[in-house]
Amino acid sequence: MQARSDERQQYERRQQRKGFAIAAASSLAVVVALIYFVPKTPGWQKVRASFFNGEILLSTFPSLLKAFLLDIAIFMWSLPAIAIIGLLIALCRDQRSAVMFPLRIFGVLYTDIFRGVPVILTVFLIGFGIPGLGLPRPWNSPYIWGSLALILTYSAYVAEIIRGGINSIHDSQRAAGKSLGLSNTDTMRFIVLPQALRRVVPANMNMLVALQKDVALLSFIGPVELLRQAGVHKSLLANFTPYVGAALIFLAVTVPATRYADYLLARQHRERS
Amino acid sequence: MPKEKLRLSGVRKAFGDVPVLNGIDLSVSEGEMVCLIGSSGSGKSTLLRCINLLEPIDNGKIIFNDEDISQPGLDPQPVRQRIGLVFQSFNLFPHMTAYENVILAPRRVFKRSGTELHSEIKALFERFGLAQRTQHYPDQLSGGQQQRVAIIRALAMEPQIMLFDEVTSALDPELIGEVLDVLRQLRMQGMTMILATHEIEFAREAADYVCMLDEGRIIEKATPDVIFSNPREERTKRFLASVLNKS
Ligand SMILES: Nc1ncnc2c1ncn2[C@@H]1O[C@H](COP(=O)(O)OP(=O)(O)O)[C@@H](O)[C@H]1O
Ligand SMILES: [Mg+2]
Repeated sequence: MQARSDERQQYERRQQRKGFAIAAASSLAVVVALIYFVPKTPGWQKVRASFFNGEILLSTFPSLLKAFLLDIAIFMWSLPAIAIIGLLIALCRDQRSAVMFPLRIFGVLYTDIFRGVPVILTVFLIGFGIPGLGLPRPWNSPYIWGSLALILTYSAYVAEIIRGGINSIHDSQRAAGKSLGLSNTDTMRFIVLPQALRRVVPANMNMLVALQKDVALLSFIGPVELLRQAGVHKSLLANFTPYVGAALIFLAVTVPATRYADYLLARQHRERS
Repeated sequence: MPKEKLRLSGVRKAFGDVPVLNGIDLSVSEGEMVCLIGSSGSGKSTLLRCINLLEPIDNGKIIFNDEDISQPGLDPQPVRQRIGLVFQSFNLFPHMTAYENVILAPRRVFKRSGTELHSEIKALFERFGLAQRTQHYPDQLSGGQQQRVAIIRALAMEPQIMLFDEVTSALDPELIGEVLDVLRQLRMQGMTMILATHEIEFAREAADYVCMLDEGRIIEKATPDVIFSNPREERTKRFLASVLNKS
C-alpha cells in the first residue's frame, strides 16, 4: 500500500516536471521567434522609432507619472460615492412591499439605463451637457461632471453586484432574524448585508480595476490626466512612445489589482467548498 | 387549572394551490410540552412557522395570550419577540461570534445596552455549558454546540413559548443528547414548548401530549403512553413502526 502510493507520487512528480519543461520550451520558442522575426518585417524600423523610443520614454515618463496622480485623485473621490449610491440602489431594488414599489422601479430604471449606455457616451452627455448650461465656476468644471458620469455608471454596476450578493444569502438567515423579532431594516443591516458585502468583494475588486482604466475617458472632456498628457507629448514630439509609457503605468496598477481580485475569488471558492 | 397559552382553531395554509395545513386545532397550556410527530412533508415546520408569523395563514385563528395574533394588519414583530423559534439547521449568523449572535436581538429590539445585558447572557451561556465558547464563530463549534447557541439566542429574548423544529435532526447521533438535555432543563423550569421531533424516546419521556400530523391534519392527539403503546390510527401505527425501525 505504502510502496504503491510512493510510486504514484513519483509518477506524478515526473509528470509535473515534464509539463513544466514543455511549457518552458514552447514559451522560449515563441519569444525567440518574436525577437527574430518581428525585426525582419518591413515596417519594424519605423514602428520602433515611433513607439519604442527609449529616450522619449525617459524624458516624458516623469510628467506622465505626475498626470497619473490626477487619475488617482478622480478615482479616489469617485469611490466613496460609487459605494454609497451603489448600495442605496441595491437596497431600492430589494424592496418588497407595495408602498416601496416606486423605489423598486427607480432602481430598475437606474441600473438599466446606466448599464445600457456606453460609458464614454455618459461622460460626453453629462460632461459636456451640464457645463453647457452656463453654470458659474466652479460648477462648470469638467472634473465634477466627468466624475459624476463615472459615479453614475459604476454605481449601477456595483448595485447589481451587491444585489446579487443579497440574493445569495439564504432565506433562512432572514427567517432567523425575523423570528427573533428584529425589524426588516435591522435584519438587512446586521444579518444580510454584512454577509452579502463580504461575498461580493472580489467582484467589486474587478470593478475597481475597470474604473481605474475608465478614468482615462475623462481626457476627452478636458482634465489633463495620464492619457491626455500622453496625447500632448505625442503631438509635440510627433511620437507615440508616450502612449506606451501610459500603458505601462496603467498596467503597473491594474495587473497587481487583478491578480489580487483573482486571489480573493479563489480563496472564497476554497472557503465555500 | 393552568392558563391556556396558545390556541389554534381551524388553521389552514396553502402554498399556491398546494394545501399544507388543512384545519389545525390545538391548545397548549402554560408550562406544557407538546410534541408534533409525523412523516416528512406532513406540515410540522409550516405549522411552527405560522405560529411564529413567519408565514401568514389563509384561514382560522391563532390565539396567543388571549390575543388574536392571526388578524390581518397586526404588526408581527412584537409577537415574534415573545415566541422563540429554533430551526433544524440552527441558522446561526455565521459572521458573528456566539455571543454576538445572542446579544443582537435583545440589544436592537429592547434597546438595552451591551453592559446591561452582559451578565444575563453570560449566565445563559454558563447554564447550558457553553461559557468557554462565547467568542467562537459558528463554524468553530460542533453541531450540538451550535444548536445550543441557537437555543440561547432564542431564550435571550425571554420568550413565553418556545417552538423547536426538529432541532436534533441535523446532528450526529452522539451530539443529540446534549441538546435534549437543554430541552429537559427548559421543561423543568416550566417553559411552554412545542416540539416537532422524531425522537420518540424523548417525546415519551417528556411530552404532555403528542400530536400526530398527517397531510396537514392532526389525526391523533394523546398522551405519550397512549399514542406510543396503543395508537388509535392505522397511519400512526405505520409511522411509528417506520421511525422505530430506523433506529
Ligand atoms: N415555502 C414553501 N413553498 C412551497 N411549498 C412549501 C413551502 N414550505 C413547505 N412547503 C411544502 O409544504 C409541505 C409541508 O412541508 P413542511 O411543513 O416542511 O413539512 P415537515 O416539516 O413536516 O416535513 C411540503 O409538501 C412542502 O413541500
Ligand atoms: Mg420540517
